Amino acid sequence: MRLTCPLCGTRDRREFYYSGSDDYLNRPSEGAPVEAWDDMLHLRVNPAGVTKDLWYHETGCGSWLLVTRNTVTHAVLATELVAARKGGAA
Amino acid sequence: MPNLIAKSALAAHAPVTLAGTTLEEAHVGQITSISVFPGMLAEVAAKLGAFPAPNAVKGNLIWTGPEQAFLMGQAPDLAGLAATTDQTGGWAALRLTGPKAADTLMRLYPLDLRATHFPPGTCARSPLGHMQSILIREADSFLILVFRSMARTAWHEIEAALHALDARAAAGV
Repeated sequence: MRLTCPLCGTRDRREFYYSGSDDYLNRPSEGAPVEAWDDMLHLRVNPAGVTKDLWYHETGCGSWLLVTRNTVTHAVLATELVAARKGGAA
Repeated sequence: MPNLIAKSALAAHAPVTLAGTTLEEAHVGQITSISVFPGMLAEVAAKLGAFPAPNAVKGNLIWTGPEQAFLMGQAPDLAGLAATTDQTGGWAALRLTGPKAADTLMRLYPLDLRATHFPPGTCARSPLGHMQSILIREADSFLILVFRSMARTAWHEIEAALHALDARAAAGV
């Protein structure tokens, strides 16, 4: 498996650390009910198909990536920098 | 103040030549890390004369991450623009020169290091085995930066790969 880091180009999977679902990017607002926090932390869909998750370019440039991939075909469909998203850091 | 003797990380290692390829310690002098504050990239580039693109070396600047670079030397005053830290003592540098240099390193790095894909002036942060490292392609050699604590392990890994290639060359395969 290879992932394309938007900065470094296509790199081997062993350079990356898998963090989990992109749900972690969607934090409930301050004062949100406890159910919203529970959803964000614990409730996951488990799709047979397209899924989005977060990967860290651990032994590379240190960027967080949002990876769109297909759990059935194993195709990696898209990668983008979390920092470049609206509301991302710098 | 006693006069302390500074030893380089690989002072005990004499250069090794196997398969026509030489592994030796490199003495790169001062290393300054430059981490650009948000939104200050253009100002920093103006002060430094340039800022390297990802995976590229520009003059004495080596790209090491998003809006981050290693300056091989003393940084100018970048107060308010970037965080600069002296990294000189934290890194060990190894240089690999010769016809089998790329083949040797491709046994350890998950990268295509052929000159067509990784030409001089290219750099990468990528693992040497399991070690964090910075790999730089120079005009006719590779420069490898690893954390100083891993200097001997890096040397051992590269030397072992050189031995394997040397044995294959001796066997004519």
